[in-house]
Amino acid sequence: MLNTDQDILKAAEDWHKAGRGVALATVVETWGSAPRPAGSSLVINDEGSFLGSVSGGCVEGAVVTEALDVITSGEPKLLEFGVADETAWQVGLSCGGTIRVFVEKLGEAAAGKGAAGHKGVAS
Amino acid sequence: MTPQTLFALNAERAARRPAIVVTDIASGDQRLVKAADIARDPLHDVLDAQLRSGKSGTVEAGGKKLFLNVHAPAARLVMVGAVHISQALAPVARMLDYDVTVVDPRTAFASPERFPDVPLIAEWPDVALPPLDIDPYTAFVALTHDPKIDDPALTHALSRGCFYIGALGSRKTHAKRVERLRAAGIPEAQIASIHAPIGLDIGAVSPAEIAVAIMGQITAALRLRKVEAKAA
Repeated sequence: MLNTDQDILKAAEDWHKAGRGVALATVVETWGSAPRPAGSSLVINDEGSFLGSVSGGCVEGAVVTEALDVITSGEPKLLEFGVADETAWQVGLSCGGTIRVFVEKLGEAAAGKGAAGHKGVAS
Repeated sequence: MTPQTLFALNAERAARRPAIVVTDIASGDQRLVKAADIARDPLHDVLDAQLRSGKSGTVEAGGKKLFLNVHAPAARLVMVGAVHISQALAPVARMLDYDVTVVDPRTAFASPERFPDVPLIAEWPDVALPPLDIDPYTAFVALTHDPKIDDPALTHALSRGCFYIGALGSRKTHAKRVERLRAAGIPEAQIASIHAPIGLDIGAVSPAEIAVAIMGQITAALRLRKVEAKAA
């Protein structure tokens, strides 16, 4: 079933083996009433297809957009979403929680490339 | 994440062995720690505690902020008894992402017509259960009402550290079962861990309602208690 992380990660493996660019987005921290716990993940390929979830559907669109950048650049990003920032009206969590999402490319290690802090998605 | 790390992680998960992915959020450095390697890891105390909690989270260790992504095996449900309730329970459990297996030596009950797409084992519990390698990530239910089948199955499940064990039957039926298990030398604490009458008390009547009552109780056992992690 496609709502388990097991199958999501297997899908990432299959996409990679099929030659697709792939990014993993994982909830690493939550505050307040976040819809999905830490460890929840979304996998995205370079066609914009995605599986899984990092929220109740509120911020997935923004995460997918960021993930496509990460697939291109190879540099991981740490995204934060919550009511505390002004972009909350665009892509925030209606439940009032805050989440941090680590987005990384599936590929060889990019040594020394840290996750650029990135608050919200002001687009 | 490197492809090698992902392939290794998926291999551990396919083999039902717990693993933790440790990520340094600041640097992007990452490594996979298999359950069997935790004991000799520099962070073994932290990793062990995180695995026992069954939850992923961020910790501070050695001046670094590390994200520990715990990959515990998917929960399984082993049912002994291919009865009417099992026909309702199998799809509900699958919807909740459990890997479902049905065991019943009576081939008239354990038939593919009654259980389409569900793995069926038409053998007695002493033959069927040991190869299933029932573990702490497994829920076990005995549903036949027949002591010849249920009792040996429960005895096996009790020895395997399942996170949930339930048995169908009224209080009266269960009292007789407790007497038999006690006479067979099963420790009192193990007998007391059996959920019987099975399921949450929601007044369930139909097989589908009983299935919901059982899955509600199993969900509570999974989420409200710590699952003891078994090192592979």
